[in-house]
Amino acid sequence: MNLLLEILSIPLVQTILKIVFMIMLFAMPLGTLMTLMERKWSAMVQDRVGPNRANVGSFRGHGLAHIAADGLKSIFKEDTMPEGSDRFLYLIAPFFGLIAGVSVFAIVPIAAPIGSFTFQITDIEPGLLFIFAITSLSVYGAVLAGASSNSKFALLGGTRASAQMISYEVFMGLALMGIFMVYGSTRVSEIVDGQNAYWFGSLIPKWGILTQPLGFLLFTTALVAETKRAPFDAPEGESEIVAGYFLEYSGMRWSAFMLAEYVAIVGVAALVTTLFFGGYHVPWLHLWESAPEWLVRVLQFAKFTAFVVFFCWFQIQLRWTVPKFRFDQTMALGWKKLLPLSLANTVATAAVILIFV
Amino acid sequence: MELKVKQVQRVDGFKESLYLPAIFTGFRLTVRHFFRNLFGAKDVVTVQYPEEQRPVSVRWRGRHRLTRREDGFLKCVACYMCETVCPAKCIHIDAGDHPDLSVEKYPVRFDIDELRCVFCGLCVEACPKEAIRMDTGVISMAYASRSTFDFTRDLLKDEYQPNEVTKFLDEDLPKPKSQAEALPNSVGLPAA
Repeated sequence: MNLLLEILSIPLVQTILKIVFMIMLFAMPLGTLMTLMERKWSAMVQDRVGPNRANVGSFRGHGLAHIAADGLKSIFKEDTMPEGSDRFLYLIAPFFGLIAGVSVFAIVPIAAPIGSFTFQITDIEPGLLFIFAITSLSVYGAVLAGASSNSKFALLGGTRASAQMISYEVFMGLALMGIFMVYGSTRVSEIVDGQNAYWFGSLIPKWGILTQPLGFLLFTTALVAETKRAPFDAPEGESEIVAGYFLEYSGMRWSAFMLAEYVAIVGVAALVTTLFFGGYHVPWLHLWESAPEWLVRVLQFAKFTAFVVFFCWFQIQLRWTVPKFRFDQTMALGWKKLLPLSLANTVATAAVILIFV
Repeated sequence: MELKVKQVQRVDGFKESLYLPAIFTGFRLTVRHFFRNLFGAKDVVTVQYPEEQRPVSVRWRGRHRLTRREDGFLKCVACYMCETVCPAKCIHIDAGDHPDLSVEKYPVRFDIDELRCVFCGLCVEACPKEAIRMDTGVISMAYASRSTFDFTRDLLKDEYQPNEVTKFLDEDLPKPKSQAEALPNSVGLPAA
């Protein structure tokens, strides 16, 4: 028992355990669940039932067995490779997006720290700058897949993806400048703790959405564009370029692209929750002073998960609400509207802080 | 002829280029549908097909059946009208002497190759005795082997059960070895 506690107190062991928890028990299950939930929720919006036929014995569970069925199917499918493709790049491309998607969870805290133990894999000083670096890496997944497939459609998809993601990367950073200025840090834990403050005594929590409403809109738009999902799904462009950059993939590698997309959805939800909705902080919980510490952590984790699920749902709902942008419209929206807006937001925030604070 | 031109009212403008009001209006619609269907599937129009089947119109031309008289005999008098009129040449009748002299003939074999049938309904129209009908309401005939589609007299069951999905396997089919064996065994037997 003592030995176990000693092993658990080693920082490296703790970090490994945290990584296993965040990825194996949080990000991946949610991402996998999203593959089914996207279909079920889409069905509900469109007055359909959605997948409900796969079964284990007589158990259907409203389509839960489809997750296992789809996984099994893609494992046993042939992994094809088009003639004349760049073998090495073709084989590694799917995992760029997946790794980039998962890396977001490295800096997302899911509950308040107990003593020196943080519920966060790493709380590095650059914080969100790390996220910018990593998400720009996910461009490589799309570009390499498009370039190495030896297919015109895939190449078109890859170029579209790179142009779109690099453009939206620009003001994704600028949109967060306001957050950095308001909470005075790029470190995620400090931004989250900054949102635990209140206005008017303890009436309104100082959440990012209230301090930076425009920043929230811009950042969410940029992140949705980064995930290459509707309404910014020109890189996949089902009706024009079939499936875009991952057109030639099949089997498990295709599933890796899909899983990367869904993990990215969960990642977007986690980031938006952390930066604009108080992260794990449950508002007004400090008023209940006698709350046991473990219950507070459980409530915080529950609140965080609830918000993450809500924003996952929000992104699916967005897909069926907003019609797809044409590619030039995507570019025009990014460079002509959102970039000036995010610059204006940065300047305005700076001016307000300078004058009033 | 002068072409008619319809001017479409464009709604460009500042409010429209903000996107947000339009997106909000859209969300009101999609979210309403989502929650109505989340709690009780109120708007869902899906028919859960194999378990749940839409009622078939009484005029639907489905699988054939041979009707019977009140005493159980086949109404068919083996007049070959349907076999003659059939454009797909999928009906084959072997006539036999009926012991009842007032009936004269009856079909010893009445085979329909459902794979060749085009479901035109001409056999039903041609029949002078209302002996063949297509009102079983069976809309899907999907079987595992080609020979299953050769329906013989006994498989053209006469019970009208629109919702029963009958599935015939190869072993359900009679495989007569001789003319005597091909004679039907239960209902529809001519009186001795």
